[in-house]
Amino acid sequence: MRQRLGRLRLTPKGLPYLLLLPALLLELLIHLVPMVVGIAMSFKQLTQFFIRDWSSAPWTGLGNYHLAVDFSAPVGQSLLNSFWVTCAFTILAVGLSWLVGTTAAIMMQDAFRGRGLLRAAFLLPYALPVYAAVITWSFMFQRDTGLVNHVLHDQLHLTSDRPFWLIGDNSFTALVVVSVWRSWPFAFLTLTAGLQNIPRELYEAAAMDGAGVWQQIRRITLPSLRPVNLVLVLVLFLWTFNDFNTPYVLFGKSAPEASDLISIHIYQSSFVTWNFGAGSAMSVLLLLFLLLVTSVYLFTTSRRRGADD
Amino acid sequence: MINPPASFRWTRRIVLALLAVFTLVPVGVMVSSSLKPLQDVQGPFRWIPSTLTVRPYFDIWKTVPLGKYFINSIIVAGGATVCSVLIAILAAYGVSRYRFRGRRLFTVTVLSTQMFPGILFLLPLFLIFVNIGNSTGVALYGSRGGLILTYLTFSLPFSIWMLVGYFDSIPRDLDEAALVDGCGPVRALVQIIVPAAVPGIVAVAVYAFMTAWGEVLFASVMTNDETRTLAVGLQGYATLNDVYWNQVMAASLVVSVPVVAGFLLLQRYLVAGLTAGAVK
Repeated sequence: MRQRLGRLRLTPKGLPYLLLLPALLLELLIHLVPMVVGIAMSFKQLTQFFIRDWSSAPWTGLGNYHLAVDFSAPVGQSLLNSFWVTCAFTILAVGLSWLVGTTAAIMMQDAFRGRGLLRAAFLLPYALPVYAAVITWSFMFQRDTGLVNHVLHDQLHLTSDRPFWLIGDNSFTALVVVSVWRSWPFAFLTLTAGLQNIPRELYEAAAMDGAGVWQQIRRITLPSLRPVNLVLVLVLFLWTFNDFNTPYVLFGKSAPEASDLISIHIYQSSFVTWNFGAGSAMSVLLLLFLLLVTSVYLFTTSRRRGADD
Repeated sequence: MINPPASFRWTRRIVLALLAVFTLVPVGVMVSSSLKPLQDVQGPFRWIPSTLTVRPYFDIWKTVPLGKYFINSIIVAGGATVCSVLIAILAAYGVSRYRFRGRRLFTVTVLSTQMFPGILFLLPLFLIFVNIGNSTGVALYGSRGGLILTYLTFSLPFSIWMLVGYFDSIPRDLDEAALVDGCGPVRALVQIIVPAAVPGIVAVAVYAFMTAWGEVLFASVMTNDETRTLAVGLQGYATLNDVYWNQVMAASLVVSVPVVAGFLLLQRYLVAGLTAGAVK
């Protein structure tokens, strides 16, 4: 070991940094610098008059933040509505995606005829470009020409009239369905990878001790998947909470109030009214919220893991 | 699972069949509707086309300039993929083979950029690109180059993470022997590591291509009529007064084929890459 380290030290000291430089520079340019600029913008009165030279926009201190969190005024009210909608959407969509992904991964753990084909089919929603898939869903949700109303109304006679799915309150249901359809395959893929690390001997030992299928799942599979689940749930949460593509393609530029996700809301506040200052303030609030949730999540899960050991 | 009882096997069959229906119905709708004549998609939905026609596949190129969008998407996604893979290989080599100050900080920083909402840096990046254009004349806003630059950073963190896992699994003795023989570190990378990591590199390339091919938010803001990609261009059909849904479905299918084919062919490698990451 010592010999190996010694050999590595022969290489020029700056080399690793040189190897990382391109990646670092690009991450700085595209992510970190804009983030700092964004925080600065949130303190400026940055309206359409200052786009060409944003540094000349006057400072407003916390003005944009006051505007965003004044929940008695229209701007604050709609932001609060959007926040609650996004929370409800995220809990439902992440919960269902995780549940479906876990179920499918466990059920496909053992080989059976056609498993490879079925796995490929399950991964299709993840592989399809989001705009192509979601535009197909928006066709299916059309009131007069779509498949959903055809099945519910014409074939099963469940509804007295053809409901609208892409406007009004039903749009929330539509959004959750499409989002689960799109994200459960990722949960499935990740958990399938995680399941491959569970040694078969564990199951054999459990079966010898008389454990049935459900006990094997509860005692072996789920605990072994815990580390994978910790990361998976966090990633699903962040993706779903920040999802812009699904509502944007499903509803176009103006999302119905019942499904006004936060990313769409900020996008509209910024690019429709060209009030970049207010949009940036909302983005910063969103970032603070995500940081808070993520750190609480990491803190509690790592503490619990410590308690388990 | 050992000795699953019949009840479990039946539950499994039913659940997996329902899931397959849920997953595949939209795909079926896409395929069948793309082969329908216009009147079929303007009335109540029908599962089977009244007559089969391939006309939509010819019309899609005329209704909107789909060919132009296609070429733009290929340039942007291809460019982003090549750059992202090259940069990720270099960075992953550094992280996997050297111990240096800031190694952990680098990994954490790069991965954490992944979690922030796109909307957060969309506005500032838009302004930065516009201002760079105004002050230096380098047109990033509205250009394919600007989009390539943006997209490659989206796939970079995950690519680096996955390649580090792959490189770690290649025995160090291989490249150390080359170094002892007087090979430079770059030659050791190119001649020893890269050939041994081809499956991982391919998986990363597919991931980078899919990411760039499917991105909507930045494409909707950072492109103009000339540089529009498929992600935005496909919406062109929907904004017409009369939506030709058969054409929309045909176009959706056509733009999906390159990525879906690549993904399905190479999904094994992606699973392997994820497994390598999950072990750590």
